[in-house]
Amino acid sequence: MLTVLVFAPAAVALVLLALPRTVPDAVHRTAWTVTSALLLAFTAALWAAHGTGGGYAYETRVRWMPSAGVGYHVGVDGLSLPLTVLTCVLFLACALYSWRERRRVRAHAALFLLLQTTCLGVFVSLDLILFFVFFDLSIVAMYFVIAGWGRDQAARAALTFFLYTFLGSLALLLGFIGLYLAASPHTFDMTDLTRADPLAGRPVAAGLVLLALGTGLAVKTPTVPFHTWLPLAHTQAPAAGSAILAGVLLKMGTYGFLRIAMPVLSEAWRRYALVVVVLGVVSVLYGALVALAQTDLKRMIAYTSVTHMGYIVLALGAAATATAPGDEDARALAVSGAVTQMVSHGLLTGALFLLAGALHERGRTYDLAAYSGVAARAPVLAAATAVAFFASLGLPGFSGFVAEFQIFTGSLGPRPVATCLSVLGILLTAALLLRAYQQVFLGPLRLPPAPGSPRAFPDLRRREAAAVLPLLALATLLGLAPRPLLDTVEPASGLVLEWLAR
Amino acid sequence: MSALPWLLPALPLTGGAALLLAGHRADRAAPTAGAALALATCALTAVAARTGPEAAAPFLPGLPVRLAVDGLSAPLAVTVAAVAALVLLAARAGLGPTDSAARSTGLMLLFTGAMLTTVTAATLPLLLMGWEVMGATSWALIGHTWRDRAATGAATTAFLTTRTGDLGLYVAAGAALAGGAAPLALDDLARTAEPWRSLTAAGIILAALGKSAQLPFSFWLSGAMRGPAPVSALLHSATMVAAGAYLLLRTGPLLAATAWGAGLTAWTGAATALVLGLVAVAQRDLKQLLAASTCAQLGFMVLAAGAGATTGGTLQLLAHAAAKSLLFLLAGAWLTTHGTRLLPGLTGAARSPRSLGLLFTTGALCLAGFPPLALWAAKDLLLPAALTRDPWLYATGLTAATLAAVYSTKALWYVWRPAPATTAPPARPALLAPLTLLALACAALTPLALPPLRTALERTVATGVHPAPHLWEAALSGGLALGAAAWAWSAGGPRLRLPGPFPDWLGLERAAHILVVRPVLAAARLAAAFDTRVLERAVDAAAYGTLALARRTDRVAERGLTGAVAVLAAAVRGAGREARRPQTGQLHQYLAQAVAAFTALAVVFVLVR
Repeated sequence: MLTVLVFAPAAVALVLLALPRTVPDAVHRTAWTVTSALLLAFTAALWAAHGTGGGYAYETRVRWMPSAGVGYHVGVDGLSLPLTVLTCVLFLACALYSWRERRRVRAHAALFLLLQTTCLGVFVSLDLILFFVFFDLSIVAMYFVIAGWGRDQAARAALTFFLYTFLGSLALLLGFIGLYLAASPHTFDMTDLTRADPLAGRPVAAGLVLLALGTGLAVKTPTVPFHTWLPLAHTQAPAAGSAILAGVLLKMGTYGFLRIAMPVLSEAWRRYALVVVVLGVVSVLYGALVALAQTDLKRMIAYTSVTHMGYIVLALGAAATATAPGDEDARALAVSGAVTQMVSHGLLTGALFLLAGALHERGRTYDLAAYSGVAARAPVLAAATAVAFFASLGLPGFSGFVAEFQIFTGSLGPRPVATCLSVLGILLTAALLLRAYQQVFLGPLRLPPAPGSPRAFPDLRRREAAAVLPLLALATLLGLAPRPLLDTVEPASGLVLEWLAR
Repeated sequence: MSALPWLLPALPLTGGAALLLAGHRADRAAPTAGAALALATCALTAVAARTGPEAAAPFLPGLPVRLAVDGLSAPLAVTVAAVAALVLLAARAGLGPTDSAARSTGLMLLFTGAMLTTVTAATLPLLLMGWEVMGATSWALIGHTWRDRAATGAATTAFLTTRTGDLGLYVAAGAALAGGAAPLALDDLARTAEPWRSLTAAGIILAALGKSAQLPFSFWLSGAMRGPAPVSALLHSATMVAAGAYLLLRTGPLLAATAWGAGLTAWTGAATALVLGLVAVAQRDLKQLLAASTCAQLGFMVLAAGAGATTGGTLQLLAHAAAKSLLFLLAGAWLTTHGTRLLPGLTGAARSPRSLGLLFTTGALCLAGFPPLALWAAKDLLLPAALTRDPWLYATGLTAATLAAVYSTKALWYVWRPAPATTAPPARPALLAPLTLLALACAALTPLALPPLRTALERTVATGVHPAPHLWEAALSGGLALGAAAWAWSAGGPRLRLPGPFPDWLGLERAAHILVVRPVLAAARLAAAFDTRVLERAVDAAAYGTLALARRTDRVAERGLTGAVAVLAAAVRGAGREARRPQTGQLHQYLAQAVAAFTALAVVFVLVR
């Protein structure tokens, strides 16, 4: 089941690449969109059939490299199912959004399909090496997306992105090898490792392995100070690439914390929980402050991602803080808030980047000061952006509030000072988003100068609306009725907490 | 358990959302549809107030949402819905903004739904949800004229200031959970363990002071006056600002359970009532005067919450809602006919049409605390509670109440001054009807403060029995109000001036800019500079350093190695060349070589042996 899900997009990509060059672009576009839609339907059906039970579903375990302890092991549970569905939603949105892409349509579609394979692969892998392979391939595919369809400095940004995150993934591999060597019998299987708790009672080794894993995942998340690749990559990447990068690829980092670091290295995670919490708080406040000072819309959104991912890191650190007995409620709240935030941030930042792309397509610049009063020309774009901004600043009724309220409420008991500080993040986020909104959309009309004729500034097109509005609708749905998501997440996050507590 | 509590906020929320989604297409139908929806909501609240329904649903892990229309929320819900309906009726009668009626009506409905959520919420998360949505819709409503940078700036200031307070509610929720109030029911908050109880109380007080524009947050209300008249009438009378006072009245037991909460609340309320009363006296702009008086009147509610006078505070809230929405609507009406909000420009406004002038006078006299109108009665319920607590608190409250008579009279003095005959059109009946109802409420609420109804109200609203007010207290406050009004009238409007910071709202906004906004922006710029100049450069430097190291390796090690290999090769080549030299092809030379070799061998043999 999952194997089909993961490799279907790659297979379609290969078919597209094998087609003769004379095939019109529309075929590629249609094939891409239809594949994405089918995959979304398939994952949604998997979720519906899985229900709210605990444990792994749709597991497949095949021997791959038995001598090295590597197996092909895939499966999903309440932590990964929402993320696979999110992945499919975002890829479908990108397929719809990219309908107007004119440059190398075939390669574009094939590359995104391959990227989808790697993203889905990361979330369903239950073997460290398999996880690593998909993790690395996603970097490769994203490199080509940025380099091939980015803006003028794309080559440099793509290289920075690739080298930085690749370095991170090497640290990750080092950690994986450490886990492999510590386990007896040697294995890379996540479920076996979680059960065996290989580094229990060996604090130094566990600390080193956690350092390696933590560094690798922190680069991907990204947390301060490993975030500098992010704004650069986002400013140069095409809108759809940014949406996937922020919406899906960043989640791999926090998902790795939740799936690997917390259960397998529970003792070390508890010991160094304070470090994690501090990293989270610093990411929240620093990201928000830097975002406040940005004059470039995409850079600003990129830094708010640092803030939003910081909340997740804070929650995961706070969940490991042992305090008075009876605060299991709070810790469960923090972890389920972290998972909700992953889904919510994926939807919202995806929408934000696509909207930013739409603005750029019309005004040819991301410079905030170049726009004013755009609401007069593009009321639908202005309204959609307003909804996305307010959802992103954590307004109740949208998914961001459900996530952040859980994170704050759950983390405050275990970590009062850190949580009180990071609550300031939502105020700073509100300030920076409203400032930007006021500048671009409100006030007297002024559009960026265009050479020659006055600039045509059409409102949101139907295809763009079809990509963005469903994301916002889903965020609203999650904000008003989070139970279906939380019912799926809770058993799995409870299991993580059990492993963490042993 | 019933569907009614859900329907209460859901009706205006869905109606408002539908109007917003329809956009300009619904502009023509929006005023009527909005008023109809608000009236329907009002009817629903009346039913709910009689039956007192409850409802609950699972929401977050361990934190269900619960709605209840209980003793305190019933009168609040009815007031909110009634004021919303009357304001929307007035907006329909020509007071509303002339453009984008669908947007403004939809937002007002959304806002009303959020306020109804806040007052009927029985758990903290749900209350926070309504609370924050209210803030966001108020941003959009204040900034209705979005082409005007001043209006949108004021909207953002209002939203950010109130959200600063809202952070308190997030903290309070976490603290209450940590303190063991697991489903976060509002009634359980007082039972949390210390130190979490203090943190919860602090968060709630912060949030309420921010929302109710109490000191030191009052300044946002001044800017918020840039919104259209119906927006001010709805937001700054019965809703939004009233939500803070409601929250404090609702969590009275929690405030009382902390050592400091009740005192802090009472004194902040009293100080706001006094200081913002002075600010109101100093204003020359009618809307600004009304806004400052809103802060001051809310101060009495906050004072009541701190002093434990829940009934008095509630009555003050209801009476103020009626009087202030009436006054804001009339200020809006005069703005459209006279084109100004400045008091000197409004001379004689009350004389024609006289109907509007009489309505304004009713509202202003109620605000002044004239007996037997409702705000006088409400203050005489809450001030005695202050007296039992602290005589100074009572004295402060009484002084502030007297100030209300002064600023109300100032407004009345201007609008009743004889003026050259103006040709203002007569008021439309559609506008007069809702305004008359509001004016009637100013008087009709008074009996609630008198014995038979008061005890009934106390039983439903309050948790305890309050000290019965003495007759002399009512007489004193009434007499003071009359005296102060007479003095102010004889002094005349222009002489009612205050020096220094009072006309400028104490410079609070500037202070917030200097103390908070500027340092934060500076920190942001600093962080951004650090990010690009240090962090990003360090990463670049690491990359370029690696590149330089590679070049160096290439130059030094690689070239050295290549050189060594070349030297070796040359040596071998040289050796080969040397080795070829003995091969001369001449026999005598070979013989000589052989002799030399044998001699050498012989020497070696001898030496070794």
